[in-house]
Amino acid sequence: MTPTELSKLANRNRARDLRGVFEAGAGHIGGEMSVMDILTALYFDTMSVDPKSPLDPKRDRLVLSKGHTALALYVVLAEKGFIPKEEISTFLQPNSRLNGHPNRVKIPGVETNTGPLGHGLPIGVGMATGAKLNGDDWRTFVITGDGEMQEGSNWEAIMAAAQFKLDNLTLIIDHNRLQQGARLEDTNNIAPLVPKLEAFGWAVEEIDGHDMDQICAALSPDTITAGKPKCIVAHTNKGQGISFMSDNVAWHHKVPNQAQYEQALKELEEASK
Amino acid sequence: MTNPFQDAKLHDCRDAFTNVLETVGETNENIVAVCNDSVGSSKLGGFKDKFPTRLINVGIAEQNMVGVGAGLANAGKIPFVCAASPFLTGRALEQIKADVSYSQTNVKLVGISSGMAYGELGPTHHSIEDFAWIRALPNIPVIAPADRHETAAAIRWAAAHDGPCFLRLSRVGVPDLFSQTHEFVVGRADMLQDGGDLTIIANGVLTHRAMMAAALLKEQGISVRVLNMATVRPIDADAIVAAARETGAIVTCEEHTTFGGLGSAVAEVVVDRQPVPMCRLGVPGVFAHTASANALLDDFGMSPTAIANSAQALLKRKA
Repeated sequence: MTPTELSKLANRNRARDLRGVFEAGAGHIGGEMSVMDILTALYFDTMSVDPKSPLDPKRDRLVLSKGHTALALYVVLAEKGFIPKEEISTFLQPNSRLNGHPNRVKIPGVETNTGPLGHGLPIGVGMATGAKLNGDDWRTFVITGDGEMQEGSNWEAIMAAAQFKLDNLTLIIDHNRLQQGARLEDTNNIAPLVPKLEAFGWAVEEIDGHDMDQICAALSPDTITAGKPKCIVAHTNKGQGISFMSDNVAWHHKVPNQAQYEQALKELEEASK
Repeated sequence: MTNPFQDAKLHDCRDAFTNVLETVGETNENIVAVCNDSVGSSKLGGFKDKFPTRLINVGIAEQNMVGVGAGLANAGKIPFVCAASPFLTGRALEQIKADVSYSQTNVKLVGISSGMAYGELGPTHHSIEDFAWIRALPNIPVIAPADRHETAAAIRWAAAHDGPCFLRLSRVGVPDLFSQTHEFVVGRADMLQDGGDLTIIANGVLTHRAMMAAALLKEQGISVRVLNMATVRPIDADAIVAAARETGAIVTCEEHTTFGGLGSAVAEVVVDRQPVPMCRLGVPGVFAHTASANALLDDFGMSPTAIANSAQALLKRKA
């Protein structure tokens, strides 16, 4: 798929996510819109995964540490063929396996149950360490939110990943500058991220997290620095693709009304063409 | 006084743990150890010498340690995650809940120096809440072996079992109760001696004290059944019901707070299925004073004599 095709697919995925949130009457739409380009690139360009063999020992691993944006992952997993596309309609419905946070036991393609923040990167360090011990060349990708980097457990994992020279581990920080109730800079500002991570021994790259050329290039194995874990600081917008949601802290987990839904859908469908 | 362990040699169960880990590690290269700078206190030096790349020391970072264990399990490894029990179970409790219990990962949690083994170091280093914390979580068998042979058998079981578990080990020496060929069956109580007047249920470092108390009671003409309840979850409900029905009174002894541990687990079964008078011995919901591990057990009413006295008092309440 070309970067342009990937971008269109990401916007179709956004539209499906939007409908899911609208119909369920809940969801974390802001962060789902910000992470969708990255997730789409991972599953349709970068990662080697096979929906027919979701537990293949040699598969690449993705951990969505910002588990509250589960619907974005469900939409991409359905698009890839891990779960039926029509199942997205069951999101948050009674007894659906698609609850507000992903569950590896119930959903093929999910690697670990996330939800509480700061859990994914330590698990990614374990995965990447396991691959090294096995002599395997599959890669581990972890996506965190930027507010999530306030969790101390991430920094425990960051130190360990450098110590263990995990160049098969890539952390993508979805840097949309907003946490649940406010801007990061008004809460507990983690800036500057790049020199912090470099000082911790990581190779760091900054990209526009909505530019598919940049995303695919940054995720490419060609950009790995031998002996160093890689962090991609992806500059994104919460609510990306929907004009009235974009970079607006009110849309962390707000649900659009009918008129807002129709306008948002129109914008995303336009961008999908 | 009759002491069945008068001349018995005392053994540190950690040695049994690491001996078995090194042995099973020879035949299964997926066995790895993860620790938080606790190579010495977890006695992992031998494992490190034999398998240097398979000892993953994350440094003093317990949350990361448990997450790394879950990730290693995802990669097909069989991680034994070892740390002093208060820090493993306390600091990393949410990782244990989300990454191990809820995610059902093949992680073996090994709480070292559990209970009040750190004695004089004080309550920050005591782990007398871990039964309660871990037993509240689904999918994790909670196991406290009573001697070196049961420890070895439990570690062999854990290495072969596909799924998480929590093994609670002490550093305080205990005499042998089982033979070298003892087979560990998860969720099964072992009757160490039968009796008809009451039952004492214990595990870990308390089991041999229960046996000593039973010997004292025998001198007074009281016939005691002793159950070693190594597995606190899933608990052997049938053995508890049988003990209640056949002996009519139950004393529990544990190196744990009386809020939510072995005594609570036994009481839940007794209340639901076969109510009889009970006495739950343990740490009565306080932080311990300064004393050695064994002295603390004595001070909290779990010397053999004190256990026997509690049993005598309980018998008076028996219908």
